[in-house]
Amino acid sequence: MIVTKKLMLSFPKSETEKPIVYHLVKDYGLVVNIFRARVTPEERGYLVLDVTGTEEDIQRGVQFARGLKVDVNETSVGVAWNAEACTHCGNCLPHCPTDALRIADGATREISFDPRACVECLACLENCPYGACSSLF
Amino acid sequence: MKSYEEINAKIESKKAVVLTAEEIIGYVEKKGLEAAAKEVDVVTTATFGPMCSSGCFLNFGHSKPRIRMTQAWIDEVEAYCGIAAVDVYLGATQLRRNDPANLSYPGEFRFGGGHVIEKLVKGERLELHAQSYGTDEYPLRELRTWFDIGDLNQAIMVNPRNCYQNYNVAINCSERPLHTYLGLLKPNMQNLTYCSAGQLSPLLNDPLYRTIGIGTSVWLAGARGHVYAEGTQHAPTCARGANDVPTEGAGTLALTANMKEMKAKFVRGVSLVGYGVSLALGVGVPIPILDEETLLYTTVRDRDILAPVIDYSSDYPNRTGKVLCRLSYEELKRGEASVLGRTVEVGSLSSYATALEIAHLLKDEIRRGEFLLSRPSQPLPRVQSMKALAVRKKK
Repeated sequence: MIVTKKLMLSFPKSETEKPIVYHLVKDYGLVVNIFRARVTPEERGYLVLDVTGTEEDIQRGVQFARGLKVDVNETSVGVAWNAEACTHCGNCLPHCPTDALRIADGATREISFDPRACVECLACLENCPYGACSSLF
Repeated sequence: MKSYEEINAKIESKKAVVLTAEEIIGYVEKKGLEAAAKEVDVVTTATFGPMCSSGCFLNFGHSKPRIRMTQAWIDEVEAYCGIAAVDVYLGATQLRRNDPANLSYPGEFRFGGGHVIEKLVKGERLELHAQSYGTDEYPLRELRTWFDIGDLNQAIMVNPRNCYQNYNVAINCSERPLHTYLGLLKPNMQNLTYCSAGQLSPLLNDPLYRTIGIGTSVWLAGARGHVYAEGTQHAPTCARGANDVPTEGAGTLALTANMKEMKAKFVRGVSLVGYGVSLALGVGVPIPILDEETLLYTTVRDRDILAPVIDYSSDYPNRTGKVLCRLSYEELKRGEASVLGRTVEVGSLSSYATALEIAHLLKDEIRRGEFLLSRPSQPLPRVQSMKALAVRKKK
């Protein structure tokens, strides 16, 4: 069965020159959709992406990356929404391309955040007047 | 017909019938206007959103030796000192000292007057830096100290303009992004922003100011406050619908209350990229149901309230007066609206969810007998237009 998983890869300084994405595609047949990345020589880097393939191929790809001392996190969320800081104004709504931030109930008009739908474009960080959205990196 | 005295007597005996401006719509539909006007005593209205014309007077008490402050900064945000020795006025849109503003466009504006006011109400500790030229009786010339709101003699919020009766809907017809006080407007009409609580908003439920006037008791961020004057730019002479509801800005209120009684949730610093800082406030206004007419006005619905859509790339800055179209708040709340034949994504800077919470909080306070209504000592002007600023030579 084909599944899509969101992965967060953190690179140690020494591994940033290895073409990991190439190997994920070529060797494990994964379809890769990169949300954001920072891969700079001489620094620690990160890569947030969706991978699509069989569960088995994804796990083999994850093992390959871990073999290169890359930390692979399958559950971490790169963008956080602080429900306490949110005033539920709705200024973020037209800037969120995937409706990860949305009005769940039209009667109360409260905002909710679905991290699974978030592609980490970071538009909400710039547009929230109350700083309710933040990024891990 | 009910009087203020009769309504307050019912509130004091905890028997007042109070509904929010949202609940009253269905209630009147079910019971009929005549019966509902006899039963209902108060309708609560509310709004929550950025209100730039806000600020506060603070009194620090006197240091030993004394200082007559001529310049003062609170957490690096300048407060106005051109009043008595240790009184200052801190404005919501004041930037932090050395903020680069829009030098590197668009500026971030992370912290300013509104954020200082939020920190004060939260009870957080802030730094005061004051300077003076020194006088015989006020010899101290510089002072640095830390304080919180409990250390102040007075912290009184005084807002020259809150609660705009209705408001522009901003859109961008140009080909570059605009950073405005109504948020980021993407080019080519990709999004628009409105800013009103619509059917819950105070002055939209009393469009001709029959009950809201100077002296009216209001709920200002949880504190008991009142309307102390017409708000600046109060312009009731304007286009109105058949229901008397303005289809443009119109009326405004000047509000004041004690900050020591406020709830931090309803006093929030605002950062708008490329524009500046501000303060978002929650306001609740009770409307006494004196007769069928006051009740009828409170049954206004989102679909009956129209807001003007204005191009903020040219028509707003150049004050051309052009309105692209008008949209109802019902249309705006659908999330997508039609402007000049195009479907446009909708955002809002006014929080209906928080306004609704405030309307319920105020309703509960009135039901518990804790919030009495006050008859205005003076009505708000009902005929008045807004003057423009003429840029002219002396002669």
